[in-house]
Amino acid sequence: MTDIAAPPPGARRFGLSSDEAQARLRRRHAAEARFRAYGIGAIALAAIFLVVLISDVVVKAMPAFTEYRLTMTVTPTLEQVSSDGTTDPQALRSGDYDAVLRAGLQELFPQVTTRALRRKLNNDLLSSGAAMTLRDRVLADPAVIGQPVTIEALFDDAADLYLKGLMTGRRESAGQGQAQVTLDGEDVVLTSSAPDFARALAEVKESLREEAAADRREAARLTAAAADVSGDQREALQRRIADLEGEAAAAEARAAAADAPERLTADLPSKLVFINGGIVKLTEISASEARGTVLVPLANTDAVAAGRWDILTLTQPEANRRLDDQVVAWLEDLKQRGMVASHFASRFFTSGDSREPEQAGILGALIGSALTMLVTLVLCLPIGVGAAVYLEEFAPKNRLTDLIEVNINNLAAVPSIVFGLLGLAMFLNFFGLPRSAPLVGGLVLALLVLPTIIIASRAALKSVPPSIREAALGIGASHQQAVFHHVLPLAMPGIMTGTIIGMAHALGETAPLLLIGMVAFIVDVPGSITDAATALPVQIYLWSDLPEPLFQAKTAAAILVLLAFLFIMNGLAILLRRRFERRW
Amino acid sequence: MNFRSLVSVAALTLAGVAAAGAAQARDQIRIVGSSTVYPFTTAVAEQFGRSGAGKAPVVESTGTGGGMKLFCAGVGTDHPDATNASRRIKKSEFDDCQKNGVADIIELKVGFDGLTVANSKSGPDFNLSKEQLFLALAKEVPGADGKLVANPYKNWSDIDKALPNEKIEVLGPPPTSGTRDSFLELVMEPGAEKILADLKKSDAKAFAAAWKTIREDGAYIDAGENDNLIVQKLDANPKAVGIFGYSFLEENAAKIKGAKIDGVTPDFDTIADGKYSVSRPLFVYFKKQHIGVVPGLDKFIGEYVSEKALGEDGYLSRKGLVPLPADQLTQVRADVEAQKPLSADAGL
Repeated sequence: MTDIAAPPPGARRFGLSSDEAQARLRRRHAAEARFRAYGIGAIALAAIFLVVLISDVVVKAMPAFTEYRLTMTVTPTLEQVSSDGTTDPQALRSGDYDAVLRAGLQELFPQVTTRALRRKLNNDLLSSGAAMTLRDRVLADPAVIGQPVTIEALFDDAADLYLKGLMTGRRESAGQGQAQVTLDGEDVVLTSSAPDFARALAEVKESLREEAAADRREAARLTAAAADVSGDQREALQRRIADLEGEAAAAEARAAAADAPERLTADLPSKLVFINGGIVKLTEISASEARGTVLVPLANTDAVAAGRWDILTLTQPEANRRLDDQVVAWLEDLKQRGMVASHFASRFFTSGDSREPEQAGILGALIGSALTMLVTLVLCLPIGVGAAVYLEEFAPKNRLTDLIEVNINNLAAVPSIVFGLLGLAMFLNFFGLPRSAPLVGGLVLALLVLPTIIIASRAALKSVPPSIREAALGIGASHQQAVFHHVLPLAMPGIMTGTIIGMAHALGETAPLLLIGMVAFIVDVPGSITDAATALPVQIYLWSDLPEPLFQAKTAAAILVLLAFLFIMNGLAILLRRRFERRW
Repeated sequence: MNFRSLVSVAALTLAGVAAAGAAQARDQIRIVGSSTVYPFTTAVAEQFGRSGAGKAPVVESTGTGGGMKLFCAGVGTDHPDATNASRRIKKSEFDDCQKNGVADIIELKVGFDGLTVANSKSGPDFNLSKEQLFLALAKEVPGADGKLVANPYKNWSDIDKALPNEKIEVLGPPPTSGTRDSFLELVMEPGAEKILADLKKSDAKAFAAAWKTIREDGAYIDAGENDNLIVQKLDANPKAVGIFGYSFLEENAAKIKGAKIDGVTPDFDTIADGKYSVSRPLFVYFKKQHIGVVPGLDKFIGEYVSEKALGEDGYLSRKGLVPLPADQLTQVRADVEAQKPLSADAGL
């Protein structure tokens, strides 16, 4: 016994209670704690990025999910809506529904008589989709012809943006004093018993001061630059500096003269006064009174008590907006009449693409993606699994199968655009399949996904314990029976996982689709795999490149739809996997 | 195991593929080509579909060069009926078309697209000449001894004291873009002509290389084909300057302002009357041989040149297209309606 206690000569001693050992232990524990912290940190960082990304997309997408509509009553007459005077559906389809809406708008604003104003009223307020709404209504029930019909007309995208508050900041303040209204030719002169207009004037002066400061900064920069040059250049610079200083001085002088009246030009924030049921755009303000033009006629010129009239400031100057003050006034007037309401934009989910941002929908791309994915799945799952089963279970191991295996692995790393080129050369040019069709898209994407599925399926087959196979063979099953009845079902969860990764990859592809013509503007929702169609990622790409701001919101909304599609696809796969899951 | 059913479905699909392979008559107009003309042609396509004259045409965004290649590949329903182009058809493309049997091409000049150099509203005002833009963006510029040297300019004020003392930081389209080609031809070439007049005479090849090569030291940043992205970046970075089409400037007037080029501010009127020189004509080319074969093609052309589309107050001008002057429009309309084909000696 004592022999064992005595350490053999030359061996190191490992005490567990010595200080050294304790320090070693602490170091090991600390290393483990650090590693765990790194892990948690990495996950937290990824989670933060994900939250920031998704919330950014959601915030940007919000304006796409609502739309403003005007509830208006129009009376379609037979002459307007029918091209040949009958209620034949074909004739009703090609009627002039815009004329009906124009008459309806004219009724709402009877004072609009000049050609220019009427054109603005007809073009800038309502979407061209409003006529489609009316047409559908009339087609559904031709009996409404000649009767007053109440429809919800969609606003144009610029009007919609204004109503959503995305075009300009709005600042509303109630009048503090009693207001007097006097007519002076075309103009209206307003006075208030409280310093309402003095305050408005001060705001204008503040804007001027900011403008002057910007000019001064520019002039100072140029002065510094002028010191280093000579000759003509210097002269040109000094002229420019003098101009700027002059502008700045003028603006400062205007700002400093606190009581001097100011003209409100298009590059200053607009001020609209709501009074007596009408809207006046202020053109000139002094401390005591304001002069303006009438945008929406006043009911009367009676004096108005404090708090019963408002001044609305639009912080974005008229020159920088797509909607001018006249259209804004019409919108505000309609809002006050209670005819404007926000609705859920169901059309986003029920219509195809459009060049009018307020009418563009995702359904075409969604169906296009679904059809493409269907073709891809139907092709690549049986072929991929079949190839994997053969290579893994039946094929002899030789040079040839090694070569095939290497090539499958290489194929998985080929850039997707190459598959697009292949699709163009093979399916379109050689087989003569239709361009832009989900059928061809599905074929190309199937090629893209096949290697992924084969590799994943082989790995899944390999991971089934040999005991299963051996047991099946042992009780007399043929090789094929052993594979198809026992090995393959057990490998199914792994195969499903591989398939879903491949399909998700395919869902997000745009590059190969470009070459086979699926990056296209297509209004009609596809009905079969040979109709022209586009796909979700393509739609996102196309919308993101259009200039109208509302398309930016639609882009974000389309991204959300794509994510939802992905989640549903993954959810289905998990569900299927659960059903196939077996334990051993 | 449902393996067998999967196999049969796959077999059915393949059979369907084979059946669809037989060429089929087409009832839908197909258009390919430039992404710059895409927003306008799609608007016409949608109106055409709405009017009940036929199915709305499919408009692909393939780029001008890619579109021309597809367009000129042949006649028949396998090939597109029209192509959008942000420049005129080239002689080589025209010859290619002829070779493949696309004999009669109808040219429709749609209008103009102004190229703008713009920056954030909160940034300095720019008043640039084409020479200054050349000096700011070319890879090689004349040094002190007149020889070409690597571009030494870091700040705008290094080029001209009147320009802002800010780092040169220009966000623009990548080399694959038609917009980049136009920028090179409309700005860099005329700018270089004034500065490198001698070189142009002595060595035309070196001269072409000088204006065609944009600097790669970080002052010029490829911002991708997406103009909206450039607008967003300009909004976030007041010191940067961007290059993009006029319609984006118009839509984003609240955020960005256009630089004057050679003293002219880009706006609707200056582009339409030609005062603003950095603008390019846009075209759509149609195959005359397809009229009467593909249903509705003639009506589609009619819709495109109609007053409500191309006119001064047409819906295309509301989409940001700068329309042709009235007399030119009348001429274009007459030519297109008479289906006058483009001839080889049209000065391509």
